[in-house]
Amino acid sequence: MGLFVLAMKLTALKPGKSGIIKDFTDLNLSIKLMEMGCLPGEQITYERVAPLGDPIAVSIAGYQLSIRKAEAATIIVEEVPPLF
Amino acid sequence: MKVALVGNPNTGKSTLFNSLTGLNQKIGNFPGITVDKKTGTCKLPDGALIEVIDLPGCYSLYPKSKDEAIVLEVLTNSNNPSHPDLIIVVADATNLKRNLLLFTQVADLKIPVILALNMTDAARKEQILIDIDKMSQKLGVQVIPISARRNENIELLKQAIVDAPKIALQQESIAVSTLAPQLISQIKQDIRIKEDYVALLLAHQHENLAYLTVDESNHIESLEQANAFQPQPAQTKETIARYDFISNLLKEAVQQKPKVISDTPSGKIDRILTHKVWGFVSFLAILLLIFQAIFAWAEYPMGLIENFFAWLDEVGRQLVPAGLLADLLFDGILAGLGGVLVFIPQIAILFGFIAILEDTGYMARITFLMDKIMRKVGLNGKSVVPMIGGLACAVPSIMAARNIESWKDRIITIMVTPLISCAARLPVYTLLISLVVPNDKLWGFFNLQGLALMGMYLVGTLGAIVVAWVMKKIIKTKERSYFILELPVYRMPRWKNVGLTMYEKVKTFVLQVGKVIIAMSIVLWVLATYGPPERMEKIEEKYQSAQYTQQYDEEELQIMESSEKLENSYVGVLGKFIEPVIRPLGFDWKIGIALITSFAAREVFVGTMATIYSVAEPEDDTSSIREKMSNARDSVTGAPIYTVATAFSLMIFYAFAMQCMSTVAVVYRETKSWKWPLIQLAYMTGMAYLASLLVYQLLK
Repeated sequence: MGLFVLAMKLTALKPGKSGIIKDFTDLNLSIKLMEMGCLPGEQITYERVAPLGDPIAVSIAGYQLSIRKAEAATIIVEEVPPLF
Repeated sequence: MKVALVGNPNTGKSTLFNSLTGLNQKIGNFPGITVDKKTGTCKLPDGALIEVIDLPGCYSLYPKSKDEAIVLEVLTNSNNPSHPDLIIVVADATNLKRNLLLFTQVADLKIPVILALNMTDAARKEQILIDIDKMSQKLGVQVIPISARRNENIELLKQAIVDAPKIALQQESIAVSTLAPQLISQIKQDIRIKEDYVALLLAHQHENLAYLTVDESNHIESLEQANAFQPQPAQTKETIARYDFISNLLKEAVQQKPKVISDTPSGKIDRILTHKVWGFVSFLAILLLIFQAIFAWAEYPMGLIENFFAWLDEVGRQLVPAGLLADLLFDGILAGLGGVLVFIPQIAILFGFIAILEDTGYMARITFLMDKIMRKVGLNGKSVVPMIGGLACAVPSIMAARNIESWKDRIITIMVTPLISCAARLPVYTLLISLVVPNDKLWGFFNLQGLALMGMYLVGTLGAIVVAWVMKKIIKTKERSYFILELPVYRMPRWKNVGLTMYEKVKTFVLQVGKVIIAMSIVLWVLATYGPPERMEKIEEKYQSAQYTQQYDEEELQIMESSEKLENSYVGVLGKFIEPVIRPLGFDWKIGIALITSFAAREVFVGTMATIYSVAEPEDDTSSIREKMSNARDSVTGAPIYTVATAFSLMIFYAFAMQCMSTVAVVYRETKSWKWPLIQLAYMTGMAYLASLLVYQLLK
């Protein structure tokens, strides 16, 4: 039995959890996100949601970025399994 | 020699600019566009004097906004007057990975470059160990660790400028030509470009570069089609290749532990300042503090300035013989100028607070808190920055709306920003509030006048929100709005920067506004002193007739004569002409004159009032404009003119009306058409009239 890791939208993570970026579903947006350091293979952490439920704050490459949920949903990640 | 500073936003680039140039800086415009161009001079250790240009902050050479586009324009066009001989890329040492993306792009332009690693003090604290020599060797450029905030190693950086090679020696970070080999060589040949990367950037950006001729731009377009160039995949490939290079570089030259943001001091502060409840509570508390400060802290210096002008008037009148010249100097210019300069402390405090909000990183959090609400009414979280800036002045704020990438969001922001009460309304509000609102405390804590002022600001903001919502329904677009924003690390405000900003803003205010006000005051004084000759003669005859001289003593006669003369002067005639239109709002003809002159700029209101009341009561030279207005009585009924109803109706009018030529001009420049400034002028003035009418009729 192998260990399965599910690919999911970034917004499917719970705040506080991290994932590894695998893919983007929106080419236009992906270019802008990549410039800001959101690259495939990078670890991204869902830090928190704004008080009104949108946008969200994520941390990537050692700094914090704010993006809307709709934009975060175009980022496909694999959840980093918690350390035992 | 020209040296340009280039870097990401929030890297301390401006602080470095300030420490290099000190007070030897000036703010101008890039020709043809309204992006602020900050230049200054700096003396090098070898005695040479160089020109330093602070370019707008950007994340890459692929501009997402108009401000960022200027960086590309200046750096790729060797004929641009600001084109540098040397570039200093300022990078945040605590956030190297993202910062170096811009560095590798800039390096590929093949202009000599120095990498300044800023915030090395913070990097040491975070135990980020950077092998400077290794990095320098790998990049083929001088790498200078500095801390602009603590003024560390600035001399070292200056020496590096002296030592900088005249030709670009940097290593290639990526093989640019492989990204689109044929296209790059054709563009290089046909447009006479030397560098591969410049040619590639032209392929991507030629539509946005003003220095290319239409023929050149079309030619590049056809070359792109002939080579089946696909910009998006090409850019993706380039960005990934650059980050690969950077990752390898950092692996060799930098040791750091992975950072857990939520454990950093900034992360902890964010837990409170972006908290569901405390986030908004602290936001409101900060706003309240600002308004209380504007009233409470400014009171003392304002008193000093008022006294100074009263003293100047008194001394001046002893020196200058009474007559027309003295009247022009004191009733015209000094009264107008004094009425406005007294507001310097309040304007300085407001600009100071805005600088602190920007500097600490809190402004980005306001954006984060507000995006959802703002989006509901057709704006964008990023609209908050222009709107808060609108508290100071709509003109730079409308320019700041360039950072909003979506066209519709940007247009709506531009359209509603002038509704936010700017510093120019502050003199109008404070003067009128001090006339009709008692200087008492509510629950022993809140100053009533401060609350009334905050109320006026809320009215303006509410107006902006309603209008934005209406425009969201009217304006149609297919473009998608998006929101990607760095939340910078919280930092202590750099007091020197805050001080410099306050100094710059007050200087601009005094110089620009001062000119308008002196000119307006002179024109007004002339128009208020002279009138149609036959009318003026009749008045003079009337008061010299025996019937009057026997009935009244000389002083009474003089007061009656000068006020009747004012009523029949050219401005009086003008004021009376529009009086029927503004009477339902509770305004008399004197206010009418102020409304007319205010179309040049709102702050002229106070100066106009000061000039008009000085002409009306020439023998009363010492009392301030506030006292003169509170003593003003209706000539027929004898009732005070500045009642609560009139004062609030007037304030509401000033809150909503478009009375600023500079704003009209900047909206025209930013939208490149007369359509938007005219719509704005019409809707704001109409809204002001109706709202004032409502307020006066309800409070009367």
